[in-house]
Amino acid sequence: MKKIFFSLILMMATLQLFAQDNGVEMADTLRNNGKIYVVVICIVIILLGLLAYLFSIDKRLKKIEKESNNGK
Amino acid sequence: MKKNWWKILASVLVVYTAIAGLLLGVPRLAILNETIRNLYFHVPMWFAMIVLFSISVFYSIKSLSTKSEIDDMKAVESVNAGIIFGLLGLVTGAIWAKYTWGQFWSFDPKQNFAAISVLLYFAYLILRNAIDEEQKRAKISAIYNIFAFPMMVVLLFVLPRLKDSLHPGNGGNPGFNSYDLDSRMRMVFYPACLGWILIGYWVYTIRFRIRSIENKQQHN
Repeated sequence: MKKIFFSLILMMATLQLFAQDNGVEMADTLRNNGKIYVVVICIVIILLGLLAYLFSIDKRLKKIEKESNNGK
Repeated sequence: MKKNWWKILASVLVVYTAIAGLLLGVPRLAILNETIRNLYFHVPMWFAMIVLFSISVFYSIKSLSTKSEIDDMKAVESVNAGIIFGLLGLVTGAIWAKYTWGQFWSFDPKQNFAAISVLLYFAYLILRNAIDEEQKRAKISAIYNIFAFPMMVVLLFVLPRLKDSLHPGNGGNPGFNSYDLDSRMRMVFYPACLGWILIGYWVYTIRFRIRSIENKQQHN
């Protein structure tokens, strides 16, 4: 078992060596089309952050509403 | 969770338009180039503003007959939320104009009238702040709002069409609907409008809920 595992790891290490010599380009998808994907990711992160923030405000407000209704 | 479905829908639509709006195909047009994608972000701001102001005028009319404080508060808060979208629309429009028309503010009829219609609603808020008595404030500001709304519609959709304007849809300039807005753009444009309208409505409901709690605390 140990032997098979060890040889598998060694094989994987050699695979990486083979992959390195054809082409230098890495992280291919993020470099396509004038790197527009990078901008898309940034915008999506900002939007997701703002939306999560809106949801959290909503949640806090719901809690406060509950408390003010109970106090009455 | 069941009550929040439209908030999730709005989030999904807005995120979808950010991705699809930047990655899907658009028509190749001179001068505009890739800035045509601004259509997905600049125009929905105005639609969200108009929907919020419509909500406001609806509650203003309602408050005149019901004399209810809640209707009055709904009218104010939808104006407050709508003005944010109006300002965003003005700023994004100015930036877009800089790179297609050459100047941030070329005193184009559409730009001027859009700025005036936002100012109209600033006047509404200032008018409210100037009156201390609650009943009077509700009545006067509701009547002002009923006048301001059709003026805003005329300023945005009628007057710019009678003059020469660089903005699409005015002064003999074809609107995006005629040939630019092809089926590919519709796939993004309509979800964008719906998404931002829902976000605007969401902001309005949050503002209204905060104000009604504040109002309750003041009366206690």
